[in-house]
Amino acid sequence: MSFLDLVPDWLLIHGPAFLMALPLIMAAVTAILPNKRVAWTSTFIVTAILTLTAFAIAIYNAEVGTTIYKMGGWAPPHGISLVIDALSAPLVLLIALMGFITVIYAMPATVAEIKPNKRAPFYAAFLLCIAGLLGMVVSGDAFNVFVFLEVSSISTYVLVAMGAARDRRALSAAYNYLILGSIGATFYVIGVGFLYMETGTLNMADMARILADLDGGSRVAKVAFGFIVIGLGLKLAMFPLHAWLPGAYAYAPTPVTVFLASTATKAALYLLLRFTFFVFDPSYTYVADVLMFVLVGLGVVGMVFASLQAIFQTDVRRMLAFSSVAQVGYMLLGIGIATTASVAAGYLHLLNHAIIKGGLFLALGAMWYRFGITRTEDFQGLGKTMPLTMGAFTVLGLSLIGIPFTAGFVSKLNLVYAAADEGWWWAVGIIMLTSILALIYIGRVLLAAYFQSPPEIKGVVVARNEAPLSMLLPMWGLAIASIIIGIDASAIVDASTRAAELLLGTG
Amino acid sequence: MTPQIALALLLIIPLIAAVLIPIFGKSPNLREGVTFVAGVALLATVVYLCMDVAGGGRPELHFGSFAGKFDFTLKLEPLGATFAAIASSLWIVNSMFTLGYMRGNKEKNQTRFYACVAIAIAAAMGIAASANLITLFIFYEALTISTFPLVTHKGDAKAKRGGTIYALILMGTSLALLLPAILGTYVIAGTTDFVVGGIFPPGTSLFATSILLILFAFGIGKAALMPTHPWLPNAMVAPTPVSALLHAVAVVKAGVFTMLKVVTYTFGPSLTLATPSSTWLAWIAAISIVLASVIALRQDNLKARLAYSTVSQLSYITLGAMLAVSMGILGGGLQIVMHAWGKITLFMCAGAIYTIAHRTNISQLDGLGRTMPWVFGAFLVGALSIIGIPPLGGSWPKFFLMMGAVDSGKAILIAALIASSILNIIYLVPIAVRGFMKAPANPEDDAHIAEVRKKHRWVIIPPVITAIGSLVLFFFAGGIIDFLQPILPGGGL
Repeated sequence: MSFLDLVPDWLLIHGPAFLMALPLIMAAVTAILPNKRVAWTSTFIVTAILTLTAFAIAIYNAEVGTTIYKMGGWAPPHGISLVIDALSAPLVLLIALMGFITVIYAMPATVAEIKPNKRAPFYAAFLLCIAGLLGMVVSGDAFNVFVFLEVSSISTYVLVAMGAARDRRALSAAYNYLILGSIGATFYVIGVGFLYMETGTLNMADMARILADLDGGSRVAKVAFGFIVIGLGLKLAMFPLHAWLPGAYAYAPTPVTVFLASTATKAALYLLLRFTFFVFDPSYTYVADVLMFVLVGLGVVGMVFASLQAIFQTDVRRMLAFSSVAQVGYMLLGIGIATTASVAAGYLHLLNHAIIKGGLFLALGAMWYRFGITRTEDFQGLGKTMPLTMGAFTVLGLSLIGIPFTAGFVSKLNLVYAAADEGWWWAVGIIMLTSILALIYIGRVLLAAYFQSPPEIKGVVVARNEAPLSMLLPMWGLAIASIIIGIDASAIVDASTRAAELLLGTG
Repeated sequence: MTPQIALALLLIIPLIAAVLIPIFGKSPNLREGVTFVAGVALLATVVYLCMDVAGGGRPELHFGSFAGKFDFTLKLEPLGATFAAIASSLWIVNSMFTLGYMRGNKEKNQTRFYACVAIAIAAAMGIAASANLITLFIFYEALTISTFPLVTHKGDAKAKRGGTIYALILMGTSLALLLPAILGTYVIAGTTDFVVGGIFPPGTSLFATSILLILFAFGIGKAALMPTHPWLPNAMVAPTPVSALLHAVAVVKAGVFTMLKVVTYTFGPSLTLATPSSTWLAWIAAISIVLASVIALRQDNLKARLAYSTVSQLSYITLGAMLAVSMGILGGGLQIVMHAWGKITLFMCAGAIYTIAHRTNISQLDGLGRTMPWVFGAFLVGALSIIGIPPLGGSWPKFFLMMGAVDSGKAILIAALIASSILNIIYLVPIAVRGFMKAPANPEDDAHIAEVRKKHRWVIIPPVITAIGSLVLFFFAGGIIDFLQPILPGGGL
């Protein structure tokens, strides 16, 4: 590997700790930096370094397999461990990369949306959020996960509330999110407490080993699992625990929405995977029951209902937010079927959907930046007034529907295939049905953009006004990534298969 | 030249034309020269490939795979070769007509028009030569997208509305129904390749195949099976050459061709016959045939009447496919050829009448046949072929389809075919008769038309050519049937 040769050895060894430490320290530094370009530049450099590090770690992981980093040299289970394995490595890369992409986009977007004196705090909170999410993903210690979960959540509440400069409703959305998010985190920590009671350890690998010895454990472990699933369900917007999400996505500053939509719920979903398959095991009856009846059940209901709700939204941001809830349903369905192929498909959809939804919100943010567009009816004539932005939106929208040659097609196909393999034909039917619903809500917007004329303002037809390059580059980067995955998905499919094999122990 | 190269040329030739046409956009003669050279080259390639296919060759060209599971592959077989042959031959004839029509009516944006037609032809060739459903799907969508600027060519509100309905129905049905059907097929059969006799493993649930067949039948919106047909009359806002080549030949035939492909190569005739929904679909096709004819009868606008006539005639092919017996499928294949030549004649006549006399409604055509005898003569020949009167090409498919209805034990469907033929006589023949027999409403106008007629010979010659073609094809039907026989499992009849 030529790329790994360029990376210093200490970075590969201490990389997991570096990933959290750098944004944490820089968040404090950024908060006191001057507000103008300096704060942005430092955030840009930090996220760029994080992306490179995450990339190196992901490649290194593919080569040498699971690595466990011992914080301060203390061996687990007593010390805190950071784990990079096939499940966490792709997500680390995803979070770092989406952070980087968001920062590029944020330069013009924050100028329009955040008051000058709030910009440095904004970037500081953003870095904290990245640090929290990365920490959640790499931490091998259940309580540490809670700490990082709170770091990312609290910074997210702040970030969402900063949308108040644009729309006062951001405050109530942030408050809503704060209440529900805190309940979720509390449920999670109660669950971890029960688990500690049962196993006497907080290290996840240790918990898994002890639970296996206890054959799934007593009622305490069952209660712990229930609390953890509901707590994480709130965080990942599992239907019907998604009430906080549409508001938060709609009224947060657009860069925050982009980053949240592509990482926050994904990190929570990652934890759900980690707990159901790694700490607990689907061979315990109560886990199998939850998989079958709660995750699949709520996943499928969410897919249908949230898609239907998306169709009836007049605000495009809320439409995409409900679509996110529906897409989480696909992932839950994949996880719930609980075969290697289906978990791989769910994980693949997690990665693909992060790219797709991030890109869609980016394009939408650019439309707001130029024309203040938020409602579906505002899309009329956008094919003429913002052809490049609308082009990226179209590509990503088609990917969301699942048209051949897009990333969405690959993950839906794998999911359909995994469901059919288990004989779950009704699930295949539901996936087809919700794809048609996606076709309706995306098609409605595309129709207005391409088949209606640009509006007239005071008798003058709105002229072409394309988004700036720093917005076009990231959105087209994601759109092209979605097409590349659609044509040759082998790398990302292999990565998700490795993750699923690790979880189910079939590798 | 090897058949593989020829297969690649099917796509390359029209695409090169599409690139060259804008380059020569400033000099119209050179630009149209590109179209004609490409047309002749494409026809030569298709003829070469047809000879190879007739000799038992099945040229195949693999471009690569995507999504880890799907191959992007071209492979030509007799049905596809037939479709390619009519599309490429009629492209040349229609280009002559386009030249006369576009210049005669001083249409704008002609360069874009010719380029889009070339892309549409490339997409049609791709559909004809697709080796599996997923490849076909991609070209199918490409055809919709490339024809959209042609439908909305005029750019006024009416054209936009027609174009919206066109795109909405074709894209909507294909994404909402056809794509799930293809994926479902893939999940059950493990492949979407076209294989003689079908790909579903024995023992596949008939409930599943029933649902898939219904999804296919309505998902292939280009076949205009009722109630997916409204795009076709709405597409008549396009300039007549588009209606003639695309909405009588390339686009609609791509639809019914796909339908035939699915029945013969994906399901296989025996499984289609065993699938309960094929009977329901045969009835829906029969209802479509009669109902569309009745609607056609009530249209005064000539192009609208021809459009509904097309809806009706396309359902003949769907009917033939759903009968799922040798006679029905061969009859459907033959109908693709014969209807293409007949209907393009009628559309070009309608275009000639519009270009020379500026008349669009049937009630305005009294006595016009006396001033434009060639056009109305060609119209009469085309109409008789559509109706199915010997010795014109259109008579054979009707005969085969009736035999097919008997073979499959649904003889009662013959009633629908006969009813439709009678309706065809009622709504097509009087147009020509009116032209020849009735007295002109305003003789001075007609005298003027006779004057300007001489300028417009390029809109008169093409329909005459295709009318003669309809006549000649009557004598070659046997050859086409022999050519198509290998598509059936067990060697055909």
